[in-house]
Amino acid sequence: MSAIGNLSSNPNQHARSGIAAWPPLLRILTLATIIAVAIGLYLGLFYSGTDIDQGQVQRLFYIHLSAFTGAFIAFCGTVLGGVQYLRTRNVQWDSIALAGAEVGLALSILNLVTGMIWARPIWNTWWTWDPRLTSAAIMCLTYAAYLMLRSGIENAEQRRRFASIYGILAITTVILTLMITRIRPDTIHPVVIGPSVQNPNAEGAFEFSERMSMTIGINSAIWSTLVPVTLMWHRVRLQNLIERVNALKAEVLNK
Amino acid sequence: MNTPFFQAAWAILRKDLQTELRSRELLSSMGLFALLSIFIFSFALELDRIARQEAISGVLWVTVVFASILGLNRSLAMERDQGNLDAMLLAPINRTAIFLGKLIGNYLFALTIGLLLLPVMTVLFNMSLIQPWLLLVLVLGTLGFSTVGTLLATMTVQTRARESLLPILMLPIALPVVIAAVKASTSILNNVPMGDWIAWPQILVVVDFVYLVLCFLLFEFVIED
Repeated sequence: MSAIGNLSSNPNQHARSGIAAWPPLLRILTLATIIAVAIGLYLGLFYSGTDIDQGQVQRLFYIHLSAFTGAFIAFCGTVLGGVQYLRTRNVQWDSIALAGAEVGLALSILNLVTGMIWARPIWNTWWTWDPRLTSAAIMCLTYAAYLMLRSGIENAEQRRRFASIYGILAITTVILTLMITRIRPDTIHPVVIGPSVQNPNAEGAFEFSERMSMTIGINSAIWSTLVPVTLMWHRVRLQNLIERVNALKAEVLNK
Repeated sequence: MNTPFFQAAWAILRKDLQTELRSRELLSSMGLFALLSIFIFSFALELDRIARQEAISGVLWVTVVFASILGLNRSLAMERDQGNLDAMLLAPINRTAIFLGKLIGNYLFALTIGLLLLPVMTVLFNMSLIQPWLLLVLVLGTLGFSTVGTLLATMTVQTRARESLLPILMLPIALPVVIAAVKASTSILNNVPMGDWIAWPQILVVVDFVYLVLCFLLFEFVIED
């Protein structure tokens, strides 16, 4: 928090030096994220073996699951930001909530798209109205609605307050997506994580070799920590700059 | 000095019911909409005898949800247009009492529409929808989305987009309620043994409870200043 707070505390400085004003920690994080994602891709594309049944397309799974974990963390950031904004009324928390919603939306769309590309050869269709697919799509729509709500309110204070409330409520669709393969057993989506019995209807489940599980572990660790945190930090910074520009505009117009 | 909590909520509820008894504005528009929606569904889906078994509970719930969105928008827009929302904020009452009063009113209207639809659909589709368990599911399901609906409608009437924003915000959040309600109703109407579907009403109770707690906590932030 303190590093993010510093960004806005000294606005003149980054007005002058532009992009070079990235705080050192953000620079390190960005570099680390790029390297880590590259390593994850390397593991997924070359290190882990090719699946015997599904072939190369199975490799998409490493990104598919990881993107969802990243989206989940980002959406949790939206809840945290919302709760904290309502309590403290610090604008920074609302920027974090907004960043979480946008980053989470981007990652969950990545999750949907990789899933669809995988489903085409494995399920022989791009899309099916399976409970989990449906709930994942609705999860995306909920956060699109969140962004729509924000754009529909002119009063900045009211916008932040309503967005915080909706961001807290919206997490229910994320929880629903997580749990739906348990509560609706007629899904064909494979259940990968957790001690559940493998669903007999599931199509396209696969056995893990040791290398595969390692690749999954490393990839989801990277995507659930470095990727959302770095992206959200950049988004919060962007939000601060937007607000700075608006303040400057108002200042010029009022002269 | 504050008016006691339940007295304030009861006053708001009584005001809503009295207005409705005199004008019948909400219930008549909701009821007419619900009837039209059923006719449109029966043509669009070409409901023959077998298709009905599967589809009828979906038709019932979609109709009730849409009709209640219509009612929610009206009910909160009336508060805002005539300045009553500000008046209630000025009154020395607990903010949560406003929510409770509005919630019970909206809930009763949605439930009334649902209860009216049961005999109508029983006649039109020649299937018995009047069953005790279905009534229970109706009571639980309408409570769930009336709760989130009341909270979100109080938000959307204060925005620029107003009426058009409520369905977009409410439908995804109400989805867990609707899924559970539709699954339970379909099983009940198809005479599935109780052990196979009793989990759905239980899920409904849990979801209702979670939404009630969340919305009561969040409401005071919806109507600040």
